[in-house]
Amino acid sequence: MRHVLSATVQNVPGVLAHVSGMLASRGYNIDSLAVGETEDRGFSRMTFVLRGDDRVLDQVRRQLEKIVTVVRVDDISSRNYVERDLMLIKVAAIAGAARTEVKELAEVFRGRIVDVAADGVVVEISGTEKKIEGFIELMRPLGIVELVRTGRIAMVRGSPPTREVTEAADGARPADSASARESLA
Amino acid sequence: MATASRLRTSEAFITGADVVIESLIRHGVDVIFAYPGGASMPLHQALTRYEDKLRTILPRHEQGGAFAAQGYARSTGRPGVCMATSGPGALNLVTAIADARMDSVPLIAITGQVGTSVIGTDAFQETPIVEVCRGITKHHYLVTDASDIARVMREAFHIATTGRPGPVLVDLPKNIQVTQIVPDYDVPMNLPGYHPEARKAHPEQIAQIAAAIQRAKRPVIYAGGGVITGDAAAQLRELSQRTGIPVTMTLMGLGAFPADHSLCLDMLGMHGSVYANYAVDQADLLLAIGVRFDDRVTGKVAEFAQHGFIVHIDIDPSEINKNKVVHLPIVADVKDALTQLNQIVEAPTASLADWHAQIEEWKKEDPFAFDESYPGILAQEAIAELSRITADRDTIITVGVGQHQMWAAQFYKFCRPRTWLSSSGLGTMGFGLPAAMGAKVARPEALVVDIDGDGSILMNIQEFATCNCENIPVKVLLLNNQHLGMVVQWEDRFFKGNRAHTYLGPIDNPEASGQGNGISPQNRYPNFVGIAEGFGWQAETVAKKSDLEAALYRLIDSPGPALLDVQVPYQSHVLPMIPSGGTVKDLIKR
Repeated sequence: MRHVLSATVQNVPGVLAHVSGMLASRGYNIDSLAVGETEDRGFSRMTFVLRGDDRVLDQVRRQLEKIVTVVRVDDISSRNYVERDLMLIKVAAIAGAARTEVKELAEVFRGRIVDVAADGVVVEISGTEKKIEGFIELMRPLGIVELVRTGRIAMVRGSPPTREVTEAADGARPADSASARESLA
Repeated sequence: MATASRLRTSEAFITGADVVIESLIRHGVDVIFAYPGGASMPLHQALTRYEDKLRTILPRHEQGGAFAAQGYARSTGRPGVCMATSGPGALNLVTAIADARMDSVPLIAITGQVGTSVIGTDAFQETPIVEVCRGITKHHYLVTDASDIARVMREAFHIATTGRPGPVLVDLPKNIQVTQIVPDYDVPMNLPGYHPEARKAHPEQIAQIAAAIQRAKRPVIYAGGGVITGDAAAQLRELSQRTGIPVTMTLMGLGAFPADHSLCLDMLGMHGSVYANYAVDQADLLLAIGVRFDDRVTGKVAEFAQHGFIVHIDIDPSEINKNKVVHLPIVADVKDALTQLNQIVEAPTASLADWHAQIEEWKKEDPFAFDESYPGILAQEAIAELSRITADRDTIITVGVGQHQMWAAQFYKFCRPRTWLSSSGLGTMGFGLPAAMGAKVARPEALVVDIDGDGSILMNIQEFATCNCENIPVKVLLLNNQHLGMVVQWEDRFFKGNRAHTYLGPIDNPEASGQGNGISPQNRYPNFVGIAEGFGWQAETVAKKSDLEAALYRLIDSPGPALLDVQVPYQSHVLPMIPSGGTVKDLIKR
């Protein structure tokens, strides 16, 4: 099963290396990892996409939370959330029919052409994983020169995620949500 | 007035190195095991300024220093502190840091580092030690601003000693050590993601355990290092006595429950007692307390305690359902959970008499045993003898890794926590001697005996010098079989006895290829008595059974550091044994 984990971490050197090293050394495979600063410069948010059964996911989450600089981890997969991936894709489309096709498809996908050169164009497109992959498939016959993606970022709709939601499920964990929230305040 | 205040300000400035040492003292540290080098010289200079408050012990290898710090920590529960210079010095700490992580030992490792201006340039003796140690520390710091030192030291001690304890590395670039600052030792910590204080069991969970105990007909307690680390041995004993539930322990848990108690099942697992493994297999309720379902305990994990309802109490949430999915997982401080439980628990409704009788029968059928008719000295006998003659003394035992370690776990009777120090999770050969050194420094009034093997002791034998020069009178009971006995045992059992680099004497000796017919006294190698005497130790060798007891008394009654080299055969195997990945059905008794 595909899971999206959202982790709040202290914005300190080495935290990304620590997290990715832990995942690698324990043999967890991640599909995607995106990281950036949050509304508070002292903290960064990491969004992971990974596949595994509930037990694996539970372990990943607990191992992540064990890292001192990781403040909290939420598995938001089962919740109502918005997920986006940003892609830049360079397509070999010289002036003419091919380029027109790229332009039209980019519009259908609500993408934008951000660079035009003699031998190709760069399209910027954001959206869900499915949408991005759909666009890649359409561009493939035209000739993809280069492609880069940010990895998935995600956010729960409505009020911010509370810890109780993830806690309630296993009953094995103390309700320390109050202290976690305080420290984030 | 202006002059006075300026004076006061300038007096308040001290070097970063002094802040480090002052922080150690403020955290109650009274001894540090530190080996100097280029990048840690300012720290050592600062140590000389605090000599009256903090004893500095110079090990003869950084690994020895780090394991000595572990010995200090394991025997007292207080954090052990070691220090090394950058590069090779720091790297020599790595094994002991990983070892502390595996066995949850509070350890503060301080390393010198090249100056911040040359970090990343492959400077002389530069190693990115924080990168190396990321996965094997509980936490780690590279200090790049001297004004962070006091906060980092506070956090390091807090993290190392709370929750599930573990090693914390503090890497200090040389220029940071000499920067002049005005320290603020009361600076708040900045640990928004660290909340060990929240780990208390809910009363409903405690009630569920009590209910499970009441229903049980064949309950067993499986207690681990967490009981000792969590200072919960008294609560464990109370639980067992109030309910009549027998207790088996992991290698890390030995000492958590007295070996001379009628409800004690001794150690379980690969080389555990037959009765402990049978009891766990037959149990209808298993209370797993401060344990992690290690593969050396469970064997084939799916069939471990397969007939029982399993309760797992541990302070580390990541241990829950990691190796074994259990019925009632509880993340809690073990002492807190057991204290709560003891307030409401009642003995099982059904009588446990049949269960106790069954266990007694198993105990009678298959006790830990050795061939008492053997004409020479068996390692097991030497340990049993030591156990007998030291039973009335305040004794701490350390061990290396291998057969002698397992036999010590089986034949030495541990009755109190923190008297058995063993590298259990990582299994580091060479642990015994430096750990004994650290324990003796921490507990000078105790008799500290390193029961060691001839393979293991060579790995940190340089610490003979430290013991002699720093006046640390530890005793070594060397069970010398001229082989790597545990590997030999596996060769015998699983590789048709083919000797593959497990004989420790000269390679032209027929024993090296398994073709010999025993080792004569004059062929023994090396001359451990000569080595020990060269380091200033009292030493003797013993081969005859009739000489053993007197020699053991001479060892433990000697005033200084002393070695007793016991010549034992290499043909004995540690039994019982459940082969790796096996179940109780695969148990080998002889």
